[in-house]
Amino acid sequence: MGPTGRDIDHNHELTLKEFPYIVRWRDDRCTRCGQCTAVCPVKAIVPDVVTERVVTSEGPVPTPRVARRTKEIVRQVRDMDRYCVGCAMCSLVCPNEAIEPEFNPSHKLLHFKNRGGDAYKRGGRRNDPGVSTLDRIKFTRISMLTDPALDAGRHEFHIRSFLGRILPPEGLPIKAENGRLIVAKKDTFVPPVREVYPIMIGSMSIGALSPTMWEGLAMGVAYLNEELKMPVVMASGEGGMPPRLLKSKYLKYYILQIASGYFGWDEIVRSLPRMQTDPAAIEIKYGQGAKPGDGGLLMSYKVLKLISQIRGVPMGVDLASPPTHQTKYSIEEAVAKMIQSMSMAWGFRVPVYPKISGTKTARAVLNNLARNPYASALSIDGEDGGTGAAYNVSMDKMGHPIASNLRECYLDLVKQGRQNELPLIAAGGVGKRGNLAANAAALIMLGASVVSVGKYLMQSTADCLGDENNRCNLCNTGRCPRGITTQDPKLYRRLDPEKVAERLVEVFKAADTELRKIFAPMGRSTELPIGMSDGLSIDDKAMAERLGISYAC
Amino acid sequence: MCRLAAITSAEYFSPLENIHALETMKEGHDGSGMGLMLKDLGGWAKPLKKYPVLSGICTRDGYKKVKDHMAAQGFKEVHSWRPKIKPVPGITHRDVYFANFYDYPSKYRNKPWEEKEMLLLNTRLALRNMVNPPQNGDIDESIVVFSFYPDVITLKEVGDPLTLAEYFGLDKGEELRARIILAQGRQNTNYGINLYACHPFFIQGYGSMTNGENTAFVPIREYLTSRGFPGYIGYQSDSEVFTHILHYVHKHLGYPLTYYKDVITPLKKADMEKRPDRDALFLMRQSLRMLIIDGPNCVIGFTPDGTTFMVQDSKKLRPGAVGGAKGKYALMSEECGVDKAIPERDKAKDIFPMKYDMVVIPPGAEEARVWDQLEGI
Repeated sequence: MGPTGRDIDHNHELTLKEFPYIVRWRDDRCTRCGQCTAVCPVKAIVPDVVTERVVTSEGPVPTPRVARRTKEIVRQVRDMDRYCVGCAMCSLVCPNEAIEPEFNPSHKLLHFKNRGGDAYKRGGRRNDPGVSTLDRIKFTRISMLTDPALDAGRHEFHIRSFLGRILPPEGLPIKAENGRLIVAKKDTFVPPVREVYPIMIGSMSIGALSPTMWEGLAMGVAYLNEELKMPVVMASGEGGMPPRLLKSKYLKYYILQIASGYFGWDEIVRSLPRMQTDPAAIEIKYGQGAKPGDGGLLMSYKVLKLISQIRGVPMGVDLASPPTHQTKYSIEEAVAKMIQSMSMAWGFRVPVYPKISGTKTARAVLNNLARNPYASALSIDGEDGGTGAAYNVSMDKMGHPIASNLRECYLDLVKQGRQNELPLIAAGGVGKRGNLAANAAALIMLGASVVSVGKYLMQSTADCLGDENNRCNLCNTGRCPRGITTQDPKLYRRLDPEKVAERLVEVFKAADTELRKIFAPMGRSTELPIGMSDGLSIDDKAMAERLGISYAC
Repeated sequence: MCRLAAITSAEYFSPLENIHALETMKEGHDGSGMGLMLKDLGGWAKPLKKYPVLSGICTRDGYKKVKDHMAAQGFKEVHSWRPKIKPVPGITHRDVYFANFYDYPSKYRNKPWEEKEMLLLNTRLALRNMVNPPQNGDIDESIVVFSFYPDVITLKEVGDPLTLAEYFGLDKGEELRARIILAQGRQNTNYGINLYACHPFFIQGYGSMTNGENTAFVPIREYLTSRGFPGYIGYQSDSEVFTHILHYVHKHLGYPLTYYKDVITPLKKADMEKRPDRDALFLMRQSLRMLIIDGPNCVIGFTPDGTTFMVQDSKKLRPGAVGGAKGKYALMSEECGVDKAIPERDKAKDIFPMKYDMVVIPPGAEEARVWDQLEGI
């Protein structure tokens, strides 16, 4: 006890009301098995012993007796560094439904989660429980009595897209000869183009993801391609790929990402001569929707043996990817060189494209790429998605929503007549509220050739606990309770890669059905309805005007 | 769904034949418009073949502006045809229906054909742009011009085809004759009823008409308008893009006509593999992706040399029948239309083009060939 009595009145301690989740523990149901306190990834609950004053009375007349006894309880700690993240793993393991965290909407996490002057860092996604623009878009052009609609179950649908720079028709090296078109000029450079499924798996690195998660996704992708003939491609994220996969025939389903840390590229370059096939594409990451302007950091405790081998670094060191490419001087020069170098490494057989975070300057980047004949696409990652780990402020406040960013880029290409030459890949908040196919279709009709999805897939294939109320979001700590973003064998063994693969296939099959259910009533089946903006409406006039679609209410 | 009636013949014939064929298919059009496009003119117009014909409809003031503009551009009128209007109930009369034949401005007379052709197009566009721009789908109809090209006359009006034939006096005497005539009875489905929305559409010697809804209209329109070619404008009807795609593929890119089918309804990858020209097809599939049509469509058209054709959408969701004999063929939405136009024929040889077929009838209507997209022959 201090002389001022401050230790007695607990004046500088926080109350539970400041915490984002309050643990509701029920004494009467708890069997004191200890599973909840053992499983809690942040040690927000601890077993404790309290003294209880019990008054009892026996006999016909009241004869109160006071006794004191000790009792074991589960207590929520009031240390902001160990705040309950709401993951509810305690509820999951509790045999008797005795415990659960409850979201506290009036919490003050951000007031206090900067102890020691450390700005709050977290994993996961932007926290925004609101309805996104994509979810407000409806498909309102229904072919019915004017003409027969299509049958999603019976008719044939072509739900495919192209990834790669497409020559304008005038530039094709073909000519008519005896009533037939032939490829005439063999020496004309025809850029590589891949036919892909219009929903791709966005960049999530091996390293950020656990081996079991990555393996599950990879198996699912292989199954989708090999068995179901759905050309779903998956981006590697920064950090390379297992050497065995690099040298396998399955490499063609993967997009290799190079980012500012160049992690994994020693191994990739070494594997080049022994590659059986080319990768689907090369993605040069300049920005990421989840944390625009922020670099990556793989914490030392995630850099274990496998990761150190793949990335070509010592074990147990922090791996920082700078926010910008150190070699980047200007888009005219450095980016063009990067694109050209990457193209050259694979003999110009592989599409190479940059990925940027959603930004007001996207059109400037786009116009530069449109003039670069080797740029294969532009990937724009909007603010609403992301699976990265970063500063809270970067995730919540930085970036540009994808809908209008994509739309203005597409319309810019239309203005130049190049809407079919440089495919736009759109990402950011697709499937945020579960509407994967609808969000993807909306982006396609706004002008995207391909839609990239990460967060939704993590949540739906591996039961990621995160939500828009900052639930869990421990991805950056290496303590992911589901085993998705951890390199700790004790944790990642919880995740069955077979189940992840199975779920991934289910998700894509279901999305494919839903896409047909969207396209069929709109009379679209022969080709992906890229830019079919007359099919869309939104319930807000300003948004309608900004997106160049109709307003409907 | 509209109804289409095209006839191609070695001999000159009257558009009434098309209109009577349309009449047999009456359930399929609601009188929201009829369009006639005559190519390879006969009768009184035969000696005037080399002169470009400006076809259109104007108010009195509008017509004066047209005359003034043409004179100012140096075009010399050599003949003016006006239908002999007989007022009939149900047809709203407009001031001037005309098909004026012009001689080229003197400075163009010895220019190459390509330059003359661009002059004609630009003149038509300039006339079209002399009125107020469309607002909410409504157009200023004080000057409406459909085509300006040698040996082609276009006539359009809102109303029932047979009534319009009477209105225009087409049933009287030897008014109009041609070797190729396209006729469309319109069933308005989606856009406004106006003269520019009425088929057939025309650009630089290419004419076509379509039935069915083109659900890929907006991306195709955006693609065409961004080609930088001045003639790709209009689009009061979603079907106008079919004519412009034809022009783009056949004239601008120089692809043989059958590749029109490969552009608007490309084969699946596996089927493409089997074609001898697969390498070109794969490249086209990518580069011309924005011109792929969707929705139920039957397209009938002609090219500048007088070849006529019929193609279907990739699922064959619209009917279409071609029948006839050497020297005369009818390309219709329905068999009854063919029966009406050419009753004396071997019906067993009628063609009902399926999703991979393109019926091509060379100039002179010698024969109807079916090109199979799967085989490429």
